[in-house]
Amino acid sequence: MGTGQPLLEVDGVTLRYKTPDHLVTATYRVSFRVWPGDRFVLLGPSGCGKSTLLKAVGGYMAPTEGEIRLKGRSVTEPGPDRMMVFQEFDQLLPWKTVRQNVVFALEASGRLKGREALERANLYIDKVNLTKFADSYPHTLSGGMKQRVAIARGMAMEPDILLMDEPFAALDALTRRRMQDELMMLWEETRFTVLFVTHSIPEAIKLGSRILLLSPHPGEVKAELNSAATPEAALRLENRIQQMLFSEEIQEAENV
Amino acid sequence: MSSAPLLTDAPPAVPPRPAAVEPVRPEIVRETGQAHGAPVVEKPLSAFERLYNQAWLRKILILVLLAGIWEAYGRYLDNDLLFPTFSATMEAFFRAVADGTLPARAWSSLKVLLMGYAAGIVLATVLTGIAIASRIGTDLLETLTSMFNPLPAIALLPLALIWFGLGNGSLIFVLVHSVTWAIALNTHSGFLSVSRTLRMVGRNYGLSGPRLIAKILIPAAFPSILTGLKVGWAFAWRTLIAAELVFGVSSGAGGLGWFIFENKNMLDIPNVFAGLLTVILIGLVVENLIFQTIERRTIRRWGMQA
Repeated sequence: MGTGQPLLEVDGVTLRYKTPDHLVTATYRVSFRVWPGDRFVLLGPSGCGKSTLLKAVGGYMAPTEGEIRLKGRSVTEPGPDRMMVFQEFDQLLPWKTVRQNVVFALEASGRLKGREALERANLYIDKVNLTKFADSYPHTLSGGMKQRVAIARGMAMEPDILLMDEPFAALDALTRRRMQDELMMLWEETRFTVLFVTHSIPEAIKLGSRILLLSPHPGEVKAELNSAATPEAALRLENRIQQMLFSEEIQEAENV
Repeated sequence: MSSAPLLTDAPPAVPPRPAAVEPVRPEIVRETGQAHGAPVVEKPLSAFERLYNQAWLRKILILVLLAGIWEAYGRYLDNDLLFPTFSATMEAFFRAVADGTLPARAWSSLKVLLMGYAAGIVLATVLTGIAIASRIGTDLLETLTSMFNPLPAIALLPLALIWFGLGNGSLIFVLVHSVTWAIALNTHSGFLSVSRTLRMVGRNYGLSGPRLIAKILIPAAFPSILTGLKVGWAFAWRTLIAAELVFGVSSGAGGLGWFIFENKNMLDIPNVFAGLLTVILIGLVVENLIFQTIERRTIRRWGMQA
């Protein structure tokens, strides 16, 4: 992988959105850079604006301040160069089979047509071990299988960056662990760039190569850490992150 | 649950948790997969049970029973002017079918119905389009539907007669009125209930505007759209027959409603019953064959049935 320049630049991004009664600041002047091949994790407690940030990178929402650039070009709208994998199981089109879901993504976005789209879809469905279920409709699949289809769909598009919004949060603990291992295996194979949102510290350490720690209300960058290679280092890192998040809470509690 | 005695000389420290509750039992690990020797793993149901599980068979049984009661009561009453027997009705029905009057009447009704239905769908599409395009459009649709939906289409018939005169024009006008609101209302609420995630997925593919509507919103809202079409059909069918009863003759050939009205005037009551039977049959065929087939091939197959 060339490391000439960062793939994704998030530059002093402030995000605000309106609820019926409030103007909420989700993140405040957040900056980070993602390089090709990164497994970049946005980690933070709920309310730190990490999902909102991911949606902004996806182009669903414009920053009130700052800029998001992908390969040097400013992000203004959603597009197939940034494929999203959502947490919700209903992200697959229920009226299409597994294979049709992947093919439709390729054709609708104009990436590939006809035969090529079909071959690409089959390849990635095979990568996530769902060849047996390629002609099933999504409602017949388990939650973990649905998420695997979503991942296959995202990867089949071969986007510049894969955006994953807590994709395993709604799965049971055993399935989640297996999915994490599978994702790591897929990454070993293809070395895609991924921006991954999670609120689980172990998940961040397990999946991430670099971890951006955000503080809540509004989200601000607290730290940008390298992930750990050995189990001992992982344990130390987990403690360190926990301390960073908890110390703030204790201070807040004392202020009350 | 064991409750620790509270008043003892022992220090009130937390007692160490025992490894296992008394009595101590050995652990059990078993090999599974030996159930093949069990007497029944899977056994086909008996023929009678399987037949009884078929809904259509049970329903036919009910129909046969009802026909029997009808026949018995008709014979007991023995008055063809008030209540013809089942057999007399069937005879009249097959006679009218054979000489071509009933099919011709039914076809002329259906033709008008299809025209009105199609026009209603077009109008509903336009209204829904306006409604999803802007907030004021939504308000417009909601106001119009809440005003006109409770208004029975048949109540507009006198007006329609003044505006369009006797004939298909008036019929189509009341049909459009009966169809449009049901379809527009259901389609619109269907669009509103499409999940945010699905919309975001569509936009992620680079879809927007008409392509997003055609490829994501319409299929995703299809269960509601189909409900709207079904309700619209039922409204239209009832409205049409009623309207034809009131002023049936149009462009030379009346429809089924007029057939019923005419035969009543001629006191040919078995024929009236035959007409009513045809109305029921057509309603059943459309509902059970056409709409249910669509439903089975689409939303039930996709697991989208609400």
